[in-house]
Amino acid sequence: MNIFVCVKQVMARDSVIRLDEGATWVRDDGLTFEMNEPDTYALEEALRLKERHGGEVVVVTAGPARSASTLREALAKGADRGIHIEDDRFVEADTHATASALAAAIGREQHDLILTGLQSDDSGFGQTGVILAEKLGLPHATIIMEIDASGSQLRCKRELEAGWFQTVTLPQPALLTIQSGINKVRYATLMGIKRARKKPLQRYATDDLGIEITAQQGVRRLYQPQQAKQTVFLEGGSREVADELLNKLRFEARVI
Amino acid sequence: MSILLVTEQQDGKWHRMSFEALAAAQEAATGIDCPLVAAVVGSGVRPLATELANKRVSEVAVIDSPELAQYSPDGFASALSQAVEQVKPRLVLFPHTYQVRDLVPKLAASLGGCFVSDIVDMRFEGGEPIFVRQLFQGKLHADVSASGQPPHFVSVQSGAYRADGVAEGAAPAPIRSVPVSLDASAMRTQAEPPYQDAKDAVDLGSAQIIVSVGRGIQDPDNIPQAEALAKALGGELAASRPICDNGWLPLERQIGSSGQTVAPNLYLALGISGAIQHVVGMKGAKTIVAINKDAGAPIFEIADYGIVADLFDVVPKLIEALEDPN
Repeated sequence: MNIFVCVKQVMARDSVIRLDEGATWVRDDGLTFEMNEPDTYALEEALRLKERHGGEVVVVTAGPARSASTLREALAKGADRGIHIEDDRFVEADTHATASALAAAIGREQHDLILTGLQSDDSGFGQTGVILAEKLGLPHATIIMEIDASGSQLRCKRELEAGWFQTVTLPQPALLTIQSGINKVRYATLMGIKRARKKPLQRYATDDLGIEITAQQGVRRLYQPQQAKQTVFLEGGSREVADELLNKLRFEARVI
Repeated sequence: MSILLVTEQQDGKWHRMSFEALAAAQEAATGIDCPLVAAVVGSGVRPLATELANKRVSEVAVIDSPELAQYSPDGFASALSQAVEQVKPRLVLFPHTYQVRDLVPKLAASLGGCFVSDIVDMRFEGGEPIFVRQLFQGKLHADVSASGQPPHFVSVQSGAYRADGVAEGAAPAPIRSVPVSLDASAMRTQAEPPYQDAKDAVDLGSAQIIVSVGRGIQDPDNIPQAEALAKALGGELAASRPICDNGWLPLERQIGSSGQTVAPNLYLALGISGAIQHVVGMKGAKTIVAINKDAGAPIFEIADYGIVADLFDVVPKLIEALEDPN
């Protein structure tokens, strides 16, 4: 089973965000970056499917030079090889541009299954996987909680709203977007990190793939959201704020 | 050029977000100054169309076929693509449901149009719509404009518009059938009927007080502290998604888009950042208290009372104060 996993490098959770000069994106300097959390579950699922069914796990990203470290992390966890479509413009690119690049790179290879996280923690479009499937002419299913690849068709548990699920079946090759929490992700071992250095990492420029980065939607301005409510902030020592909060809840809000 | 609103229903019952999206679509039709066509998609959905025709819309489009009884991405994308060709809208609006997340990126990509997903607001500059999306897990908002070939596709976040803000029509709008031809054998992804894993043991929906924990709880060994606070307040314990993903609390205690939606009198959020997926499940609470170390956490935008502090300092003091007879 040839499994491709698409991952994205995003700024670390709890990063302090500063806007760039044009206020259309955030400043990169001084930030630390990590693999988009939903993608870590997609990678883990791919590694488990390979352990069960054999084959190869290829990890793919479209991102700036720094995203190579995220590919190395995936290789250290057990992916066999990496593909890096490298361009700084992917940082602010829309989901259509990213999906087109991924389709160009994966389309030239034999693929049985493509996995992505269900959305990114930065732009949060939640579309790249589905657009990629459409561009490659593959069937897809989203927000997947379980994959059974033992039969001729994939059988998957798909999450619906408010605690409901459904089983979906689809032929291979196919694309699935993976819901966080589907598995427990592994950490890279020291041996894995060492091995990763020798694993192949193919680098493409957009020209190599014959693609252009054209956006269909653009951020005009980024800004702090307006307060939906007038939050009353309580300050002081811990016991002090505890007492004050209980007073407010009893006599102002009257909810306890 | 019109606006096309695509509503969602299951087995002849409305998805509650359909009318929130209709409220947004009515606003867009006024802002752009163009007709609004509201569509119902499914099998045997005529009664819903009649209901929709009473709202302030220019026309109701019925996309009805036995092949659309159960959702499939191929079937629905084909049907809507045919409908878009006939209606020729400049903007197609949807509620941002799980089905829309599965369907619309495909539909938009197949037609070469862009999909601005999960908007929380919009405004109009000279008849051109500007959409507002949340970025970086809700920490920032972005004004987004769509370019390229119309139609542009847009989905509206749960709770961003109020269903009770939908305007009624002066007279019932005309209803027209939009014929589509579908090939059942071309539908690759097949879905079986929905099910629930286990009957919810806890009905968080009826709890008046909820103490909810997020990533800030750090370790499963710290859960009992939050549990003790819930008990001292006479409330239920709940959690955000990552806590249940880690198995620290069972899934039936999860609040948010994939868990339960609650509206208690008091919602006390401990170490919860306030990502969109969580907030849609609890923003209806009467009073929201947030305790978080990060002053920039989006949860503070919707909190009535905020404490920027380590929850492990404050929670024991809250329990102590609640148990203090004076």
